[in-house]
Amino acid sequence: MNALKKALGLVWIILGPASIIFLFLQAFEKIGLAEEGVNKTNTALQWGIILFIFIPICAGVVIFGYYALKGEYDKLPDDESL
Amino acid sequence: MSQEPQQSSIFKVIGASSLGTLIEWYDFYIFGSLALIIGSQLFPADAGASALINTLAIFAAGFIVRPFGALFFGRLGDLIGRKYTFLLTLVLMGGSTFLIGLIPSYSSIGYAAPILVLILRLVQGLALGGEYGGAATYVAEHAPANKRGFFTSWIQTTATGGLFLSLGVIVLTKNIVGAENFADWGWRIPFLLSIALVGVSIYIRMKMHESPAFSKLKSEGKVSKNPLKESFNNKANFKMVLLALFGATMGQGVIWYTGQFYAQSFIENTCHVDFNDSRYILLWGIAFATPFFVIFGSWSDKVGRKWIMLTGMLLGVIFYRPIYQMFLDDTDFTKIEQRDIAEVTNPVVTRTAVAGTADSLITTTSTVTLLNGASFQKVQSHTKFADATKTAVELPEVHKDKKLSSPVFWKFVFLIFFQILLVTMVYGPIAAFLVELFPTKIRYTSMSLPYHIGNGVFGGLVPFIATLIASFSGSTPLSGLWYPIGIAALSLVIGAVYLSNKRPDHNEADSENH
Repeated sequence: MNALKKALGLVWIILGPASIIFLFLQAFEKIGLAEEGVNKTNTALQWGIILFIFIPICAGVVIFGYYALKGEYDKLPDDESL
Repeated sequence: MSQEPQQSSIFKVIGASSLGTLIEWYDFYIFGSLALIIGSQLFPADAGASALINTLAIFAAGFIVRPFGALFFGRLGDLIGRKYTFLLTLVLMGGSTFLIGLIPSYSSIGYAAPILVLILRLVQGLALGGEYGGAATYVAEHAPANKRGFFTSWIQTTATGGLFLSLGVIVLTKNIVGAENFADWGWRIPFLLSIALVGVSIYIRMKMHESPAFSKLKSEGKVSKNPLKESFNNKANFKMVLLALFGATMGQGVIWYTGQFYAQSFIENTCHVDFNDSRYILLWGIAFATPFFVIFGSWSDKVGRKWIMLTGMLLGVIFYRPIYQMFLDDTDFTKIEQRDIAEVTNPVVTRTAVAGTADSLITTTSTVTLLNGASFQKVQSHTKFADATKTAVELPEVHKDKKLSSPVFWKFVFLIFFQILLVTMVYGPIAAFLVELFPTKIRYTSMSLPYHIGNGVFGGLVPFIATLIASFSGSTPLSGLWYPIGIAALSLVIGAVYLSNKRPDHNEADSENH
């Protein structure tokens, strides 16, 4: 189980920046479409809110992954291994 | 705790804490339940779908600031105590809700209307961010360790109870003042009513005592001097904050808001079910499912919190799309046969001027009643150009204000009940789970942050993000569900791999561990 926890740590480290890139690409695409008159509901304000909120959370995912990779979650108290 | 408090005093603590928390949730949710009407009041009349999405964004703004409220009031609660902190949050919440009920509409003060509502909504979010952690901590610190899940589950019922109360007050107000008056001014009544409810709750809370665990800490001079620093600068605590967020509250938040908020928004705005029917469905679903908060909370004392919560997430991941597909299929009246129709009323024709042109929009509305008891309004529209040489443009036929047949109504109640059952699985045990994850002296701060990011940000954004995704070109009405399904699946994996099924009792172990 500990090997899996560490291996997944690497996945979380990659997932953080990958999510940020995905969100930026989506924001540019959708705001562009809104300006062309398609998908008018996708404004810069709405995508700005989404980016503002999720970028720190993505950073948190990276830190979580780093801790997992370092084995910080290998032994948690009272683990019943259920 | 050194000695087990009396049952009756615990129930007094639960009652007083829960009532205030329930009222705070009521205040917070009336806004979401009235999003469509508020949108039409705060934004220009021709804003269309943008008005709803912008209103959902203001609704979401209240959620987004909840983690900041958690940090601010959590710190205060760990410094000066639980009791006075959540008295303050109650006053802020009640005051801002009351003021939302007084805001003039867009037609009176223009864009100042949505800006003022946004500011008040932010205050609401900050107050709620401080409230919940305090109430959960307060009850947990009064409860015996082996019944913590059971006792805190009563606090867990308050969020759904607040939603139930908000829906009930809205439906009742609308039925009393009439649909037209409700859309015009009646929607303000549920907001204004809040001040009386908060007054009662403040009176009750003033009589409460400080939590025994915090009082003991204070008398021993062990109160944290800087809860924020101790919570987030200490790796041992911070890693647990991250684990609580990604392995539990993130998934729990999206399950909560999909089952209770997005479901109602979907039934009303996507399926176009009648205003009252869509709320009655949710009210019945909540009424049947609410006892399960206590059942699962209590069960978690025996079998642990982890797998109950994760099972709720798993079932959501599996069943959301089939459930919402059934909502769509059962409200699709485009394929009805002539032989299914019992009655069609005489069409009512209205002509509306198209702004900025001499053209008109001609709308023909008739009510169709089916043999199975269902009914809907059939709206056919076409644009009539002032230039007679231009051919009229037919717009797609719209079916709205759908009233469901009795079997379909109860099927929907069951589908909502099932979704709220999942909510009770993920939410019933989570207060005890979070409380047990952190030591007393920084508990208010530490547990509030993951709870409010999970619920406020991941969960609170479900209606907004799902509606936004569904508005993309090429998307289907079910596309918005990928957001809660994806988040719940991620949280499920993290929770399954990293969470322990039980945590040590910090109340007893505070002195030696921290």
